[in-house]
Amino acid sequence: MSFLEYLDSRSDIVVQLTVEHAEVVALSILIATVIGVALGVATYERDRASRLTLAICAIFLTIPSLALFALLIPQLGIGYLPTVVGLVLYALLPIVRNTITGLRQVDAAVVESARGMGMGRWRRLRRIELPLAWPVILTGIRVSTLITLGIAAIAAVINGPGLGELIFSGLSRIGAVNDVNEILTGVLGVMVLALLFDLAFFVLRRVTTSPGVRA
Amino acid sequence: MSAPTPTGGSEAEPMIRLEGLQKRFPGQAEPAVDDLSLDVPEGEIAVLVGPSGCGKTTTLKLINRLIEPTAGRIVIAGEDVTHADPDSLRRRIGYVIQQVGLFPHMTIAENIATVPQMLGWKGIDARVDELLELVGMEPATYRGRYPRELSGGQSQRVGVARALAADPPVLLMDEPFGAIDPITRERLQDEFLRLQGEVRKTIVFVTHDIDEAIKMGDRIALLRIGGRLAQYDRPQRLLIDPADAFVAEFIGGGARVKGLRLVTVDDVELTEWPTARPGDEAARVLALLRESDRGHALLLDPEGRPRSWLSREELGRNGRPLEGLGETVGTTVEVDDTLHQALDALLASGAGAAAVVDPSGRYRGVVDLATLAAAVAAMAVNGHRPAGAEAEAANSERDPAAGS
Repeated sequence: MSFLEYLDSRSDIVVQLTVEHAEVVALSILIATVIGVALGVATYERDRASRLTLAICAIFLTIPSLALFALLIPQLGIGYLPTVVGLVLYALLPIVRNTITGLRQVDAAVVESARGMGMGRWRRLRRIELPLAWPVILTGIRVSTLITLGIAAIAAVINGPGLGELIFSGLSRIGAVNDVNEILTGVLGVMVLALLFDLAFFVLRRVTTSPGVRA
Repeated sequence: MSAPTPTGGSEAEPMIRLEGLQKRFPGQAEPAVDDLSLDVPEGEIAVLVGPSGCGKTTTLKLINRLIEPTAGRIVIAGEDVTHADPDSLRRRIGYVIQQVGLFPHMTIAENIATVPQMLGWKGIDARVDELLELVGMEPATYRGRYPRELSGGQSQRVGVARALAADPPVLLMDEPFGAIDPITRERLQDEFLRLQGEVRKTIVFVTHDIDEAIKMGDRIALLRIGGRLAQYDRPQRLLIDPADAFVAEFIGGGARVKGLRLVTVDDVELTEWPTARPGDEAARVLALLRESDRGHALLLDPEGRPRSWLSREELGRNGRPLEGLGETVGTTVEVDDTLHQALDALLASGAGAAAVVDPSGRYRGVVDLATLAAAVAAMAVNGHRPAGAEAEAANSERDPAAGS
């Protein structure tokens, strides 16, 4: 059976797994963004706190993904929940780092004039600093998304959702019918998703950044 | 130093009163600002000036509490704001800084609307247009633009409009024209003074440039290193009567010549000068000239506009019609020009006098060295722009050498 014939015969399940894959990544990124931006906002003004936060986030990235998912089993078991938790941990570093960098890059004169006009801490953050840091933060989110798309495939080992199922199933049946077709489908699915997410980020960036700061 | 209360202006309660203000930064032995007391009357511009490290910017930021004082009191419009909520305090105080700090992601209109919006105003759009017009920018053109589309001078204008948006009684300006090229700076200063004539805010203005201080200030507070007040006075007094060697040195040479920038031709009594008309006889003009003790007569054209300076020698040579004689009057001055400009015209004339004309160009009188000397003497006496009477009194003791 050729690859295209295989794809045709299994289109239902392939589409379903691709959607699952996209969903779990999107959900994880959403959670990681909320946590990551909050951590960045909480620490960017204090040098030691921000360095400590970044160091901890970096540790997660150094743990091999297979091992991390395995380590989560005792607490969270297998399936959807540990998948999301694992992906969030991986996604944190680029988001936190870019949030801190972005907020620190805001022109000191802009912040001073905002303070001088009587903008309080939160208003300043919401109206001035976060909008100006947003393009940098968004870049971090995009990087995290790409990392997470790949790692989400590994989550199949703990029975997580998504295209990893095809890849691991193919690997376990090497030599059997359609083994390579199955792996190839999983890999290409992740790549197509990466392209689609990138496109989405391009549009999101256009829509959410002011023409006054657009490069 | 005890609280200086310069005379002049309204004797009512000052708009801004600083009392024994002190700021010590942690880890620094010497205070940045020390025991600073000064009053700024309503509607006046007080300039804080001094060398770098004298604490002038720190002092400014103490007023809107961007920096919290270590000791002392800040009173604005009779209200002690030393411990007031800083955010609501700052919404009542306009703030303009050298780098402007416009919000780059907001349009010009959104920038200007910031404080009125926080205060929950209605009719903000109309207010924005009004402010843009006030600073000389066409609302329809600039309303929707972003800060990066503006030149340095335009940005600073928007910065001023934004600071004035909620009509605060007090405006703080930290070297607002410091980063702008000299020609544009001069224009912005003039525009700002005209604007201030309309809005009459109480302004504290920081600069390191004594010439800018003299130009902009109704009063000048000169600070020495360590944030101590060296002298707080009207610019004229500072120039004519420096409190000590530090003040004199900071002002630099030519204090009296600088002082001439503070007085307009309008402020002084013009000197009478022998004049001639094209048809007049040379001998008669010469007689008039001898009688007046002047070296030159001023020839006017039929419309009464200054035409040329006629010397005694030329008039003595006789025979020729007056129109062909003399040195053409180059630069004339108008009543709203400063005595500094008059001095320049005077030095260029060769007759030792600057011809003053009205807006239609007709001769009004002259400014000579005696006029200038009298104006400087009047400054020394009272620190005010000389009123006509004082100038007249000084004029009567005219130096005879001035006319030759």
